[in-house]
Amino acid sequence: MGQSITVTVNGEKRSAEVEPRLLLVHFLRERLRLTGTHIGCDTTHCGACTVLVDGTPVKSCTMLAVQADGQQVTTVEALAAGGTLHPIQAAFKQEHGLQCGFCTPGMMLTSVALLTEKPDPTDDEIRWALSGNICRCTGYMNIVKAVKSAAVQMKASAAVPEAANAAARS
Amino acid sequence: MAVETPLKGNIGDSIKRKEDDRFIRGKGNYLDDVVLPGMLHMAIHRSPFAHARIKSINTDAAQAVPGVVAVVTGALLAQHKLAWMPTLSGDTQAVLATDKVRFQGQEVACVIATDPYVARDAAALVEVDYEVLPAVVTPQKALEPGAPLIRDEKEGQTNNHIYHWEAGDKAKTEEAFAKADRVVKLDTFYPRCHPSPLETCGIVADVNPATGHATLYMTSQAPHAHRTLFAIVAGLPEQNIRIISPDIGGGFGNKVPIYPGYVVATAASLLIGKPVKWVEDRSENLISTGFARDFHMSGELALRNDGRMLGLRVKMLSDNGAFFADAQPSKFRAGLFHIVTGSYDLPAAHVETDGAYTNKAPGGVAYRCSFRVTEASYLIERLVESAALEMKMDPADIRLKNFIQPEQFPYMSATGFEYDSGDYPRAMQLALDKLGYQELRKEQAEKRKKGELMGIGVASFTEVVGAGPGKHYDIVGLRMFDSAELRVHPTGKAILKLGVKSQGQGHETTFAQIVTEELGIPAADIEVQEGDTDNTPYGLGTYASRSTPVGGAATAMVSRKLRDKAKKIAAHLLEASEADIEFDHGKFFVRGSPSKSKTIQDVAFAAYTNLPDGLEAGLEGVTYYDPPNMTYPFGTYLVVVDIDRGTGQVKVRRMVAVDDCGVRINPMIVEGQIHGGLTEGFGIAFMELITFDEEGNCLGSNFTDYLLPTSWETPKFEMGETVTPSPHHPIGAKGVGESATVGSPAAFVNAVIDAVGHLGIRNIDMPVTSDKVWEALNKVGAAE
Repeated sequence: MGQSITVTVNGEKRSAEVEPRLLLVHFLRERLRLTGTHIGCDTTHCGACTVLVDGTPVKSCTMLAVQADGQQVTTVEALAAGGTLHPIQAAFKQEHGLQCGFCTPGMMLTSVALLTEKPDPTDDEIRWALSGNICRCTGYMNIVKAVKSAAVQMKASAAVPEAANAAARS
Repeated sequence: MAVETPLKGNIGDSIKRKEDDRFIRGKGNYLDDVVLPGMLHMAIHRSPFAHARIKSINTDAAQAVPGVVAVVTGALLAQHKLAWMPTLSGDTQAVLATDKVRFQGQEVACVIATDPYVARDAAALVEVDYEVLPAVVTPQKALEPGAPLIRDEKEGQTNNHIYHWEAGDKAKTEEAFAKADRVVKLDTFYPRCHPSPLETCGIVADVNPATGHATLYMTSQAPHAHRTLFAIVAGLPEQNIRIISPDIGGGFGNKVPIYPGYVVATAASLLIGKPVKWVEDRSENLISTGFARDFHMSGELALRNDGRMLGLRVKMLSDNGAFFADAQPSKFRAGLFHIVTGSYDLPAAHVETDGAYTNKAPGGVAYRCSFRVTEASYLIERLVESAALEMKMDPADIRLKNFIQPEQFPYMSATGFEYDSGDYPRAMQLALDKLGYQELRKEQAEKRKKGELMGIGVASFTEVVGAGPGKHYDIVGLRMFDSAELRVHPTGKAILKLGVKSQGQGHETTFAQIVTEELGIPAADIEVQEGDTDNTPYGLGTYASRSTPVGGAATAMVSRKLRDKAKKIAAHLLEASEADIEFDHGKFFVRGSPSKSKTIQDVAFAAYTNLPDGLEAGLEGVTYYDPPNMTYPFGTYLVVVDIDRGTGQVKVRRMVAVDDCGVRINPMIVEGQIHGGLTEGFGIAFMELITFDEEGNCLGSNFTDYLLPTSWETPKFEMGETVTPSPHHPIGAKGVGESATVGSPAAFVNAVIDAVGHLGIRNIDMPVTSDKVWEALNKVGAAE
């Protein structure tokens, strides 16, 4: 029978009655119609369904919706805040880090979590962080390039307000 | 700072992809994203056994689950003559099993319900009483006298043999072998693997019972061909069928066949009168849909003592599973496997192939491969490696000695292919230079003295892609042409509609660039549409690297057709004779006075507003392109590996890939295609395997067992290119989607053999896993 949950999805509180067995990915895709999160393998291997739960990349095909009760979930649809592309989105396009696009949302969200934790990752750190996200099209080289390029962009844009603050202080 | 002029998107411009904007925002529209009002969901009950007679099927418990609308069995389909369907090879395949199940995972019953969870619950409650029969899981066993007969329902089928087929000249080949100083032999097995696109297969079937109109959203690489097959199989009038192939999450050949799930969902929608969605899970995809390879190959190369090749003899036995369901040109029973002479000037060759039924999943479609070219390329490149080892020749030297030379093109191969163009020595030399081959050979010699294992693998592949010509190549009778329709609107913007269908290859960008080159309309102003049979011209679809060779050629030709008409309009606007009008990058002008010109946009507007007398209005056209020949991309791949004698672990240290796919339309996209193909080749060489136990249980039915390369294992690639245009393609392009998967497995395995060949090891079958390498080393007393 149904269980009430409230999940904050992309900043918005969403309450629903769900079967306890409903997977988080189905809650997002079918109930909220956030179809940017994809299903590739059902067994936690491919990472196409990766979303951020309280900032941590989680494979939403292996988490129940009821387990997300009271938590913050971020999906690909929230990356372009106010319509402006997130640096990771711009970099995936710029560096040709996607082909069919099916793994891309999961890849980008895992990358965002990595860059939050490690703003300046090495190639190996990127490859290790993304090793739970399978891409069948690109061979990963351009994905690694995209993550590096996003890191540079994010550092540069983080530096701008700091510089402005410094200028204001002086 | 200089202002960079934005690229217009001409041929050779690496413009960014037009399709990316929706994908990076999570706004693609894949099959599972399609939701229709009142839509029902389908789940399939599959056989747990590889071979068993069905004694009875009880659907009562499944029917009783609240939310279940219908349970479909083979018996119900048989009433509508839909229990069996034709395959792409002219065989038949069970849609839902009625008499026997013939492989584990075969479709037995389908549940239609209001909710996907309910459908799966109920599918598990279908009760089938089976009489288990002995399973046959290798083609060798299948062909033994007295082997259990798998296809006992086929009239006249008394054993498990499917086909025997030969190519080349047997007598001439025997003569060559009689003259040879030595014969080098290699038996090798290219195991069963699976394309595994990240998106599985699925359908949303929406049949309107009142009008009989069927809209089928399908993961289809070939929507037009599928529509025709649906019309033939289901007996629906073709004009009432509309197939829409939405964004596809990778195909690699897996989305070429028609699967039973598509047929049942369509029939169910027709009978129930509501849309029905079926989307496979990953296990279903791995155990029941188009696998690849499963070829047992034996090759013999006749050579002179100086290393010159005189002849090639090949025997191949393919394991086709329970139903012969390859995709292949009708007259070639083993696909284009007879391209097995590869890049070499082989005066004589003979190929004998046989296929067998086994109790394994049907398909054998492909995996980023043009009709079995991959297996052929693997065999010849492995065989040449064996020859080099046995004759103590350098593997690069023996290839250089035997390459078809640039001046020999067009070259007629011993098995009947006319190679269009090539410069194999140049591609190889570039690869050797990029790698620093000679230095690495010195390092290898030093290491070998210390007992360390290092290998350099060489492979120089030649592919045959881009089918037609239609008179030689067809799928179930449909000639392999392709099409492009171009509509230039009054404001000079255009829509290009194609018969092919992208699965990630970037058609929306690449094909727009062809129009940009031919007509001068910026790529940003061209919308490319594919995948909707109601709104695109008929074509055979995207597989076998045929989109650019055939659909790309059609695009160039239709653009030229419009350019010819545009010239007449420009002459009218410029008040000059048509014969004096010249065209350059989107501008028409009178010869000798380029300052007075009209742009393509001016001319497009005039096509609807200001026409010369006697000329039809509009600037639109359609072309169906039947290529005069296939195209022959080629390249040299070099791999450096280090092997741990204690664990057998192979580490790929470097890989250099030099590809020649003719003219590159968007070099960024071409390189991306090669990266992806190399990675899939790496996976096949070292990781990917679908295998079966003696009872026919599939081992490799999920991503725990079927290993795909991740970012962690995948090596970095060093790229190089040469450009030898195809002489018969309008823009000289050859197609590149599959080159890297065709060429690279042999390069990886040759590197391993190069490291251990001096120990007497001649072959390790793929996937070359650590345990197999250690075992081989241990056998010759070289393991630690």
